[in-house]
Amino acid sequence: MSNSSTTVDIRQTPQGRLGMWILIAGELIIFGGLIACYLLNRIRYPEWGMEAVHTSTFFGALNTAVLLLSSFTIVLAHTAANNMKPRKAQMYMMLTIIGGLLFLVNKSIEYSREISEGLTFSSPKLVASGKEVGSLFWSFYYIMTGLHALHVVVGMTVIFIIMLQIRKGNNLHRVELAGMYWHMVDLIWIFLFPLLYIAK
Amino acid sequence: MENGQHQQSFIQKYIFSTDHKVIGMQYAINGLLMAIAGGFLAYVFRYNLAFPGKDIPLFGQLSPMQYNTFITNHGMIMVFWVGMPLLLSSLGNFLIPTMVGTDDMAFPTLNMLSFWIFFVSSIVLLLAFFVPGGAYGGGWTMYPPLSANAYMNPNPDFFQALFSGASLMLLAVALEFVAMLMGGINFVVTTINKRAKGMTAFRIPLIVWFIDIASVIFMFAVGPLVAGAFMLLLDITVGTGFFDAARGGDPILWQHLFWFFGHPEVYVLLLPSLGVLGEILPVFSRKPLFAYKSIIYMALFSAVLSVVVWAHHQFVSGIDPRMATFFSIGTIIISIPFAGIFLAFMATLWGGSIKFTTPMLFALGFIGLFLVGGLTGLFLGSNAFDIYAHDSYFVVAHFHYTLFPDIFFGFFAAFYYWFPKFVGKDLDKTLGKIHFWLTTIFFNLTFFLLFFNGLAGEHRRINNYSFFGNVNKEPYTTFEKICTVGAILLILSQFVFVINLIKTLRSGKKAAKNPWNATTLEWVTDSPPKHGNFDTFPVVYRGPYEYSVPGCNEDYLPQNQEN
Repeated sequence: MSNSSTTVDIRQTPQGRLGMWILIAGELIIFGGLIACYLLNRIRYPEWGMEAVHTSTFFGALNTAVLLLSSFTIVLAHTAANNMKPRKAQMYMMLTIIGGLLFLVNKSIEYSREISEGLTFSSPKLVASGKEVGSLFWSFYYIMTGLHALHVVVGMTVIFIIMLQIRKGNNLHRVELAGMYWHMVDLIWIFLFPLLYIAK
Repeated sequence: MENGQHQQSFIQKYIFSTDHKVIGMQYAINGLLMAIAGGFLAYVFRYNLAFPGKDIPLFGQLSPMQYNTFITNHGMIMVFWVGMPLLLSSLGNFLIPTMVGTDDMAFPTLNMLSFWIFFVSSIVLLLAFFVPGGAYGGGWTMYPPLSANAYMNPNPDFFQALFSGASLMLLAVALEFVAMLMGGINFVVTTINKRAKGMTAFRIPLIVWFIDIASVIFMFAVGPLVAGAFMLLLDITVGTGFFDAARGGDPILWQHLFWFFGHPEVYVLLLPSLGVLGEILPVFSRKPLFAYKSIIYMALFSAVLSVVVWAHHQFVSGIDPRMATFFSIGTIIISIPFAGIFLAFMATLWGGSIKFTTPMLFALGFIGLFLVGGLTGLFLGSNAFDIYAHDSYFVVAHFHYTLFPDIFFGFFAAFYYWFPKFVGKDLDKTLGKIHFWLTTIFFNLTFFLLFFNGLAGEHRRINNYSFFGNVNKEPYTTFEKICTVGAILLILSQFVFVINLIKTLRSGKKAAKNPWNATTLEWVTDSPPKHGNFDTFPVVYRGPYEYSVPGCNEDYLPQNQEN
């Protein structure tokens, strides 16, 4: 690597932040496509409201609260990193990861309940009662929340790796990048929650 | 990271390298190897079309199922594994850091990762030929319900479905998109953040602008298709019903998601090639690029329009006629900025002292051939004509007249132009010109007559026309044979290129620093540029196209030259 690789930056926005913004834009378009497909179908089939009744608003609201709290702790980690306090930043990042874990535990309880009630991709119960169209709601439910859960896992992994990297006080600016990604994960959930849980 | 010099092992230097030039080379080699695969598939099914049922030399018998597989994969490979890596990734990697005057990409490790994901995606795509049932054969657009039910076994379990040709193709495409998105992030961030001092927005060479615009279009258009590919993959493997009408899904939805990406993709491929022209035409006519700023504004305008024209691919899929009119008008409007760009290129040539070097020949050939493709596109953009010509050989001829000049003439022009810089050796001029003339002649021989076959009603996805009386007669059967002969000769004439390459690499003359007397920054450094590109970072004082400036000793002023 040549000596001057970090000295040529002459623009204002730090490189990592700019790259992260572009990544987030790309991710939002992926979820945007998915949400648009869901909305088009939802408008066409008002009877999906009958399916949405089976989603648990309580668990959804709980998960929203958990994610919002974890977003708060990652902001505290960012502040600590800005003040050059790696220990403190690491502690808040750990809390954020625990928040992510809680989210996933809640989600898996929810999934197991729904699956045991027969509300799955193919939903044999619904097919038998002649309401085949309903099953597509669950297809959308699982793909949207599933893809989001995948992003939660990725976010937790990223936060964990950066938590190890800042141990000696290096690379503290990366905490902000992890935080940006985590806020995006949170923001997507804020869209999914009303679409899948509240609109019945 | 490590400062100072250290010895790099072979693997660090050439395999898992983070140097943008090595990665650009890797993309180019991977793209050219895939072009051999795509070309071979084309040879096999073209031979079959001219001489149905005959044994094909180097292959044998081609079954109808294999025929479908081959045309599907030919399209996939040529667009995503040849066009994208050669034009976007390879040129972007070579040119963006050197042209904006910096040492490497903004995120070198991400860049390396991007190539290796791309490499894996090529392997996954080719592996599909060897799974039970073979590669997917339902057309490169992968329309459900065909793609959602493309199993050999009527009741596949999860793994059989996952390792079917259709799923592997989807996986390969998804991986390829990830690789290209990573590359795009690098291109845009490098251009925004790492420009040399004095390199203001309107001093950036056109090709860097165009590769960045293409990367942004790609990023905005591909998202919904990534979601769609995920949905289709679940339809195939676990039995969701997103695109299955029997279960409440909608197959047309896939067409929207596919073409919302698929049409902007055309401009993703076109813009880098136009950028190549923007560099080559001024150099070899010794004139500034005409209307540099307007060209950029027109490209931005077309980028915005490119995401609202997609449904012109779906005029026969049952779309509301009012929508069809909207998309017809949009499609015809989008030809205005491109016509503007081409006129600006013509005006650049006007009154210049034109030198017919090999890159210039390819650039001019691009303009001539693309004109045919572009003008037939105007016909197809109109709803009424498209319903007649849809899925006929007219469409096939049209998009080969756009994509072949775009991908191959654009790439070869860039190749002959920048090869001395990045490899450091001069290519053989005579062989280069022979390569150009043979390619141009045989390309026209291959595709021109297909317009007539298409207008006569020849449908594009049929492997044997003996059963179709309206086209199984003279002159159309002869046209088919001429076309096949042209395709074989077109493939054979690429050996001139290979010979030139081998000859140059073995005994080529060492290239000068600036053999074409060009102005942009990559010509300031050594040929080939070393790791880190520049000894001292250049400072930019002027725009990229200062040729034949009155009152100067030389007929060009490099960007880094202070008056």
